[in-house]
Amino acid sequence: MTTLEEFRMETRAWLEDNCPQEMRKPVTVEEDICWGGRNWTFKSPAQKQWLERMAERGWTVPSWPKEYGGGGLSGDEVKILKEEMTRINAMSPLESFGIWMLGPALLEYGSHEQKLEHLPKIARGEIRWCQGYSEPGSGSDLASVQTKGVDMGDHFLVSGQKIWTSYADKADWIFALVRTEPDAKKHKGISFLLFDMTSEGVSTKPIRLISGSSPFCETFFDEVKVPMENVVDERGNGWTIAKYLLTHEREMVSNLDAIFGGSAGLYETAAESIGLDETGRLDDPLLRSDIGDFLVDEMALTAHLATARDFHRAGNQLGARSAELKYLGTELNKRRQSLVVQAGGLEALSGPEENYGIGSQSASWLRSKGNSIEGGTSEIMLSIISKAVLRLPSLG
Amino acid sequence: MELFSSEETLLKDSAAGFMSEHAPVHALRDIRDQKEALGFNQELHKTLADMGWFGMLLPEEAGGYDFGHRSAGLVAEEMGRNLTASPFLSTAVLSAIALRQANGEHLSEWGPKIASGDAVIALAIDEGAKHNPSRIKATAEPDGNGFVLNARKRAVFDGYNADRLIVVAKTGAETGLFLVDPSAAEVEIERNAMLDSRNAANIQITNLHLDGKDLLCPLEDGAAVLEATLRSGRAIAASEQLGVAREVAERTTAYLGERKQFGVPIGMFQALQHRLADLYCQIEQTASLISAAQRAIDTTSDSADELTRAAKAKVAKVSRTATEEAVQMHGGIGMTDEVDVGLFMKRDRVLTEMLGDSAHHVDALLKKRGL
Ligand SMILES: Cc1cc2nc3c(=O)[nH]c(=O)nc-3n(C[C@H](O)[C@H](O)[C@H](O)COP(=O)(O)OP(=O)(O)OC[C@H]3O[C@@H](n4cnc5c(N)ncnc54)[C@H](O)[C@@H]3O)c2cc1C
Ligand SMILES: Cc1cc2nc3c(=O)[nH]c(=O)nc-3n(C[C@H](O)[C@H](O)[C@H](O)COP(=O)(O)OP(=O)(O)OC[C@H]3O[C@@H](n4cnc5c(N)ncnc54)[C@H](O)[C@@H]3O)c2cc1C
Repeated sequence: MTTLEEFRMETRAWLEDNCPQEMRKPVTVEEDICWGGRNWTFKSPAQKQWLERMAERGWTVPSWPKEYGGGGLSGDEVKILKEEMTRINAMSPLESFGIWMLGPALLEYGSHEQKLEHLPKIARGEIRWCQGYSEPGSGSDLASVQTKGVDMGDHFLVSGQKIWTSYADKADWIFALVRTEPDAKKHKGISFLLFDMTSEGVSTKPIRLISGSSPFCETFFDEVKVPMENVVDERGNGWTIAKYLLTHEREMVSNLDAIFGGSAGLYETAAESIGLDETGRLDDPLLRSDIGDFLVDEMALTAHLATARDFHRAGNQLGARSAELKYLGTELNKRRQSLVVQAGGLEALSGPEENYGIGSQSASWLRSKGNSIEGGTSEIMLSIISKAVLRLPSLG
Repeated sequence: MELFSSEETLLKDSAAGFMSEHAPVHALRDIRDQKEALGFNQELHKTLADMGWFGMLLPEEAGGYDFGHRSAGLVAEEMGRNLTASPFLSTAVLSAIALRQANGEHLSEWGPKIASGDAVIALAIDEGAKHNPSRIKATAEPDGNGFVLNARKRAVFDGYNADRLIVVAKTGAETGLFLVDPSAAEVEIERNAMLDSRNAANIQITNLHLDGKDLLCPLEDGAAVLEATLRSGRAIAASEQLGVAREVAERTTAYLGERKQFGVPIGMFQALQHRLADLYCQIEQTASLISAAQRAIDTTSDSADELTRAAKAKVAKVSRTATEEAVQMHGGIGMTDEVDVGLFMKRDRVLTEMLGDSAHHVDALLKKRGL
């Protein structure tokens, strides 16, 4: 047996022994996912046990180095672990902005001390992070951020406002883009800062979404003290890190259905609520045709994401091509959710009184509209591709 | 982004170099303008075979090299990029796979001739305006040790002047694949002038008496052999069409950088940029899907059929957008015969109809999902 086959057998056996039965089912509601953090309340003892067991092996972040709480696995081994988890329908033990975004950025740009301090806590689900990028005046034009950090010698005093900060009210720490070099050019004056959300001067105010819930906030900073050692990489180099982190965010967002469950429900819902005609076809030819187009595109994206993962595991950076995956993945997810409510008809359009009549299907549909906005809009993705991949001439 | 093995990279590069040098788009123009009845250049056919590309899907015992579908796809993609006219799909893919799957004595006789470029064999399957193997009306009535064949076939690609035809006909509910000598008096062949300047024939077969050994494989295996044959043909045709899409998209991108209006390159206008960027993304995911389909066939994976149908359906849509956008973004000049864009559009249209369009394959995929 080759070592990879041995690894597969050992992994299979370990998962069999250690993955609680309760954690072997597809994610159906957002609460199924464990986000961790100081204030996390586990949904069940099984959820806690599953996180602890996986974290102990470093398998919440299997590709990270062992010394930073990871599993130290090779690309092939990570692939096998995922395949074996899928085989028994195991849920992901932990998802977080720390895993998707900050971790990869720290691994690339952080100091050894920063990595030792922050990465293991992300891996064990102890600290939950949020992303302080967008501001009321700086959305697509992110490099225009105005939140300022005044140099006080051993620390910065940070003041300003962020907006659309997902889970800011639940997060323990924030990574934020702050203008620390007021005299430098737009892209050169930003630093990438890390700080505790319990610091004096930080406050948050939840914003309600069209889907009913309030997962994001306005975040205010009033002279927040941030030690100098919490700058990642060089002062003024924040834009480089911000962009690097975004490539990881975009890659993750392109594969939303893998985290939040696929499209099996769509086909069942359609067949049940609409019924079949005498030839055995869905009795709504136009919806059927739309579902067919979607199905083909879903297969294409699945194949494409597999190609990208192999490319990535072979040690290549996706760079600007993460914009391509983000664009394809989010536009597809919007179509998926739209078809689910179309297939569900009026049945999909009612829900609990306390949630303004928004049921789970319509909540997912409404929430999906944000996919092509968060992490950079579809238009911005297309502009990045035009410029960086197609090399078309651009204004700036 | 696809990771290729070193053999695949070598093959891809040599196919790209060869086609652009020996079989570029203007070679197709020559065929069209000279009204070449074969729809391809015989010398080129022979040279392509000398490169080993006509034996890629044949086993070594039959004179082939057994490279597999992914490799054949890489070569076909370069053919699509250059509009290389050759009997590759009909002979090296469809007929080679039919013979190989049937695995009878015909394989050892015809395999080596296909691989060496000494024989053209065409698959005669379609009968109506649209590809639909479930509606074949051609019949092969049992008659003593043999059969009597009656068929009216349309759009038999490379069927004009082929050395043999593989004719699909029904014997009761069963499907037979018959190797037919087109020089028989009972076979009438009419050349069709096609939009893509390639050869496709209409063939009428009336009361042709066949020997039992003209049957490629036992009747009970016919349906499965035909299915495998069509699957391979679809998967490789998809690569050729992807080549068409990639080539026109790249040419259009380059044109947008050169053409100036309003004092700037028109590629500066976001109204064009975003459409090309979207097209690029669609092309890239289609490429992954096609590759997955071909690799699934090579590993006899259960998902091969679904992936192939999805690939054929998807590439038709993407390539149509690519050719339409190419004409539009070239402006007035895109409408002229002088630039090549129109030639790509014509080949694209034919490839879409060949072996089933999007609607045909999407319908099959949905039925499998109980819809
Ligand atoms: C669900 C959700 C979660 C989010 N979570 C976070 C978070 O955790 N942290 C965080 O920092 N931010 C977060 N965001 C914010 C998100 O990153 C921004 O909304 C996004 O970058 C767009 O900025 P904006 O909203 O200011 O839109 P604007 O930039 O004002 O854009 C408005 C419209 O104009 C278009 N547009 C803008 N510029 C161009 C251009 N050059 N060419 C063509 N079209 C253009 C846009 O595509 C868009 O359609 C979140 C957003 C959503 C919806
Ligand atoms: C069948 C036919 C008949 C014709 N008959 C006549 C006639 O009788 N008399 C006559 O004078 N002309 C005629 N024309 C010419 C026609 O008016 C031009 O082809 C047309 O105005 C486009 O100009 P162009 O070909 O130079 O393309 P270009 O201007 O080079 O355009 C190329 C592409 O760039 C796009 N583009 C250009 N500028 C912008 C911008 N600012 N923003 C976004 N996109 C842009 C265009 O939409 C097009 O897709 C005819 C053309 C055709 C095809």
